[in-house]
Amino acid sequence: MSDKSPEQLYQERVKRCLDVAALRVPDRVPVFGPYQLYPYTFAGVTFKDAMNDYALAREACHRFQDYFQPDLDFGPILAYPAPAMELLKINWFKWPGRGLDDHIMYQYMDSENMKAEEYDEFIYDPSHFIMSKWLPRSFPPLQGLTNWPAIRTFMWFGWTGGFAGLAAKQVQEALRNAAAAGEELGRWFDSIGQYATEMKAKGTPQLYAAFDWPPFDIIGDTLRGTRQVLMDMRRRPDKLLGALEVATKIFVEYGSAAEGAELPYCWIWMHKGTRNFMSDEQFKTFYWPFLRKGMLALIDKGIIPVVYCEADVESRLEHFADVPKGKVIYHVSTTDMVKAKSVLGGIAAIAGNVPNVMLLSGTPDDVRAYCKKLIDTVGKDGGFIIDAAVMLDQAKPENLKAMIDFTKEYGVYR
Amino acid sequence: MKKKLVTAIADMQEEEALRLAREMLDRGEDPQAILDAGSEAMAIIGNRYDEKIYFLPELIIAGEMMKQLGDLVKPKLQARATQTKPLGTVIIGTVAGDIHDIGKDVVAFMLDVNNFTVHNLGVDVSAATFVEKIRELKPDILGMSGFLTMAFEQMKKTINAIKEAGMRDKIKIMIGGTIMDENAAKFVGADAYGADASAAVKLAKSWTGGK
Repeated sequence: MSDKSPEQLYQERVKRCLDVAALRVPDRVPVFGPYQLYPYTFAGVTFKDAMNDYALAREACHRFQDYFQPDLDFGPILAYPAPAMELLKINWFKWPGRGLDDHIMYQYMDSENMKAEEYDEFIYDPSHFIMSKWLPRSFPPLQGLTNWPAIRTFMWFGWTGGFAGLAAKQVQEALRNAAAAGEELGRWFDSIGQYATEMKAKGTPQLYAAFDWPPFDIIGDTLRGTRQVLMDMRRRPDKLLGALEVATKIFVEYGSAAEGAELPYCWIWMHKGTRNFMSDEQFKTFYWPFLRKGMLALIDKGIIPVVYCEADVESRLEHFADVPKGKVIYHVSTTDMVKAKSVLGGIAAIAGNVPNVMLLSGTPDDVRAYCKKLIDTVGKDGGFIIDAAVMLDQAKPENLKAMIDFTKEYGVYR
Repeated sequence: MKKKLVTAIADMQEEEALRLAREMLDRGEDPQAILDAGSEAMAIIGNRYDEKIYFLPELIIAGEMMKQLGDLVKPKLQARATQTKPLGTVIIGTVAGDIHDIGKDVVAFMLDVNNFTVHNLGVDVSAATFVEKIRELKPDILGMSGFLTMAFEQMKKTINAIKEAGMRDKIKIMIGGTIMDENAAKFVGADAYGADASAAVKLAKSWTGGK
């Protein structure tokens, strides 16, 4: 590979990853690199430092990428910007330095930021709800936005009262706080952009062109909270269904950021659709139809949905098969890969699933044997990507290296 | 009426269940009958969960109903009712550094429903706290939960601490969480892995001689 220019390598990797999604047999099995905390561990940088020092995070990701060289890379985007989060004092999140130790992955805390009786408000005007309720609840320095005027009433001479409302002291203060956080976030995004450019110059595309969340999780994760949204399926199904219609449009907006990208992967974080959060009937009613509808809209824009399932999805495979052929990738976590291939083969590519515990506690031989088995069985005739089962925080470097190098060597289609 | 209450709870009719319970109290029925109905209903709900008819939403709602009925009845309860002897004592918690709790709470709830005494230590529980609580409460079983991949090492660390405290042979240890499996159980030094709350109950019963 060393005789190829970075440009050639880049194009080759993009093509490989487009081919695998389209179910054309690629030159070899692609191997992904969504490693959330691992690059920093590998580079000897605490996660706290990576979240606070954008240049340090970039350097760590470079070191990781230079050494392991997976086909695609996440880069430092998962090292969320602690300075901006500090400014906003986000209260449904814990991270190193704010509730967690320096080397621990940040975590989301389940909370109810939309009350049951507020469904109608959200459905009527989600932007106003987010502005005047969700933002102040999530970010205490934005408390003043509870007085934010409803922009929809600015029409005709409504703007008179509307603009007067904007002059309120609390609103002004909240806007100043938001702008300060925005400036910090600008620095962070500059760093992300710089990294992607540097990586492209080295020949590696980024794994994501957009991030997205299934409509049910948009409502469930930070609006209603997990417990509440699960109960809402029984307590107030009609309201939930109404909100899911709205969330589906928002889903398409999020994902559309991938439109026109060289590798238009839209990485979809699937949370509550996995495993046993809900029954098949509930999944069929509340989860899948909205996700499917949203994905079809993205596919129409030439975007490739990559559904990253955060846990076992064996019980959902039959539904997953109901998508156009060669348009979607499912990253299936700890799901039995042979079973996944038997249901999704010829319909959608699947990605996975070297066990994280093996990468941490096994040997390179264990890893190679596991990869060989996957490539021989589910990798036959394409439609398969090798990756860790779930995002990697800890591993023995020699095990990860074995996974990637073995795939490159043995995964060649002849 | 008690039978109706059992059905209402088991069928997730929250408002109806509360209405019936209030009516029973108004009629001067023994408050204990309401708690008994709750227990009966929980057994049905547990079975439906095992049979994959019910899932997390129903277990969470069941938990809320039990709490509401308890709140309703407690002030009127004269003496604590005699309870059947528990099958065993379980300490459960999410390991240090990890704050995920939904799966762990469901396991705790199902163990409780199945007549285990459950001490739920919450999330982000350090190895030292686990050791201290085991010493204090002398459980038959320890359940550890973890969602993050770093939970592997934390579980291992906790079990080593229990070993060092000389208590490993006195308890059975089970682990659970998205990425856990039998190999993880082996790696961390646990006795078993359970894929869900049903599996946890089965394991606990098999270890304590329950059916």
